[in-house]
Amino acid sequence: MRDEMLKDIISEENLVYKKTDLMTDNVLSYCPGCGHGTAHRIIMEVVDEMGLQEETIGIAPVGCSVLAYEFMNIDMQQAAHGRAPALATGIKKTWPEKFVFTYQGDGDLAAIGTAETLHACNRGENILIVFINNGIYGMTGGQMAPTTLSGMKTSTTPFGRDTALMGNPLKITELVAELPGTQFVTRQAVHTPAAVRKAKKAIKKSIELQRSGNSGTTFVEIVSNCNSGWKLPPVQANKWMVENMFPFYPLGDIKVNGELVK
Amino acid sequence: MAKVKGAVIVDTERCKGCEVCIDACPTDVLAMSKEVNSKGYHYSFMANPDACIGCANCAIVCPDGVITVYKKKLDQ
Amino acid sequence: MGELKLMKGNEAIAEAAIRAGVDAYFGYPITPQSEVIEYLSSQKPEERTGMVLLQAESEVASINMVYGAAGSGKKVMTTSSSPGISLMQEGLSYIAGAELPCVVANVVRGGPGLGTIQPSQADYFQATKGGGHGDYKLIVLAPASVQEMADFIPLAFDLAFKYRNPALILSDGMIGQMMEKVELFDQVPRRTEEEIKKTCPWATTGKPKTRERNIITSLYLDPGTQEQHNYKLQKKYRKMEEDEIRYEKIECDDAEYLFVAYGSSARIAQKAIQLGRKKGMKIGLLRPITLYPFPVPQIREMIPRLKGILSVEMSAGQMIEDVRLAVGDKIPAEHFGRLGGIIHSPTEILEALEQKIIGG
Ligand SMILES: Cc1ncc(C[n+]2csc(CCOP(=O)(O)OP(=O)(O)O)c2C)c(N)n1
Ligand code: SF4
Ligand code: SF4
Ligand code: SF4
Repeated sequence: MRDEMLKDIISEENLVYKKTDLMTDNVLSYCPGCGHGTAHRIIMEVVDEMGLQEETIGIAPVGCSVLAYEFMNIDMQQAAHGRAPALATGIKKTWPEKFVFTYQGDGDLAAIGTAETLHACNRGENILIVFINNGIYGMTGGQMAPTTLSGMKTSTTPFGRDTALMGNPLKITELVAELPGTQFVTRQAVHTPAAVRKAKKAIKKSIELQRSGNSGTTFVEIVSNCNSGWKLPPVQANKWMVENMFPFYPLGDIKVNGELVK
Repeated sequence: MAKVKGAVIVDTERCKGCEVCIDACPTDVLAMSKEVNSKGYHYSFMANPDACIGCANCAIVCPDGVITVYKKKLDQ
Repeated sequence: MGELKLMKGNEAIAEAAIRAGVDAYFGYPITPQSEVIEYLSSQKPEERTGMVLLQAESEVASINMVYGAAGSGKKVMTTSSSPGISLMQEGLSYIAGAELPCVVANVVRGGPGLGTIQPSQADYFQATKGGGHGDYKLIVLAPASVQEMADFIPLAFDLAFKYRNPALILSDGMIGQMMEKVELFDQVPRRTEEEIKKTCPWATTGKPKTRERNIITSLYLDPGTQEQHNYKLQKKYRKMEEDEIRYEKIECDDAEYLFVAYGSSARIAQKAIQLGRKKGMKIGLLRPITLYPFPVPQIREMIPRLKGILSVEMSAGQMIEDVRLAVGDKIPAEHFGRLGGIIHSPTEILEALEQKIIGG
């Protein structure tokens, strides 16, 4: 009885959600529960829904998402650590009709690539920057990132981040929002269905702005988890993120239509 | 009134057993299997299929994008 | 005959870039080559040909803008001088690893460190041995005149696209700054987007349904695959060594002694030959035009008729290593060169030949 009912439901005309074809069938290289996968998927869903596959060129960073091009079914380039915004600039300046985006972690974007990030935003390059902030260097085994919280333990701050010695966690998103070159700056997350829907909306808005020729950089931070680096099971990592990361990195729009949100 | 009935298919071979979907399901449909897949992960499955409303919450948060969701209006 | 103009070497590079149909130039000012970006800025290249011109925030950014645009099939270049070229090494390694065409010019100044803004040839190792990390080579062209500064731009692009490899024009502050008459080639149109898609099917131009996605990367995590990729690169370099050596021989027919010198040093060595020949010394010059691939067979072929070789370079002795690899211990081969931005005189070169080779 139950099987029959399921059979009745599971058919093409009743489909409500399925992985977009713009994600390849390659198994994601990320740890169980890692937000990178969800972030990839929502970007590709928007590109798919907007029919932009042929117009899109993506840039993968150095970090856990170095292999993003294995998972996103679009033309992509792999950048040197931190240099993605420079690559994106080179492409967008010479292919002004294309939609160009970078996908970068916090080490990539806010440490080694700070100059490239700030200057691309300051020039107001018409690109989307997706910034995954997990407060840690995931790929290299959980070292301190510029965004690591004060007192937070990582493999290079085993006794907690001492801000007197190691500096303060960097709110680079607020920083780029101050630049006249950015038009839309927002901070999102992908840990709950509601958060994912909101983050996807933000991505969509960003891409629509890019396509409308509206001048300026769009910047979407996604506060994400690093279960391996934080040494927590995925569901607990998400809870830890809500309790510890969100108070310092509050979610929501920071700049809309070129105006800071008060 | 039309009643909505949902169902999900988990690609069990690609599931990494992170349990994020279980946390996200409003009607406690999903649970972890006792068995493991060829990668050694327990995988998510519909332990309580009758309760599924096809809201797609599980699929939307699944980091690995391994859940497909179906929904049907049942006439009474 | 093309248009004749009196120009600085740096200006010739810039004018040639516009005329060669280059799609974009990204650069950062540094003496003694800032005239390249200044000249381009004065020319409004976006109006002349639609060429993009952007002053980047650093040489790191310039070379990575080049990386991005090259990956999408565009004809792009940058120029700098020694300290800036050092900053570009990471990017060049990625570009070589990802097998992309681009052109970079180094108008060399004296080092190490911030050094001096005077001419030098001490970046030879960096230019010809790869320069950044990993097993790779750049195609290296060494202009010895303002004319060649202009002519080597299209040549460098031809070679870069032929081999999908970065090409480096290794000049120096003397050639960059001096003024000479140049015959400029006619304007070449920039390629259309359709032409780019056709001639660069590997480029990231946006994935249509009709082909697989294009990926530009230098990453192959599996060591076996990475090794295969490296073999492929090496095969390409062997092919360059077979087909692309360029050189010039001056007064070599009866020569007993040979100068090997490139760029500025080749010009000065030519003067030294005149002085020497007046004294009855039979000296010739082999001027490598490609420093990589280096004219090894051409030097080897001359050895039986030679008594000795002097490698002349404004460095402490870098090219001499390649000369010695060609010569072995068959005949004496020594180095002479002034350092740190000092340009050697023809007399000094001749004296060095007398002391180190003839007398030695
Ligand atoms: C020039 C250079 N320096 C250092 C590294 C090593 N490295 C690789 S990824 C990484 C940090 C990545 O952290 P993040 O950007 O936060 O991304 P995540 O892995 O957390 O997603 C570092 C330091 C490198 N690849 N290149
Ligand atoms: S190390 Fe962290 S960021 Fe990297 S895949 Fe694992 S959980 Fe994600
Ligand atoms: S579709 Fe909704 S109700 Fe059904 S299993 Fe998924 S989250 Fe639960
Ligand atoms: S969220 Fe996805 S990967 Fe994680 S347990 Fe559920 S189905 Fe498996």
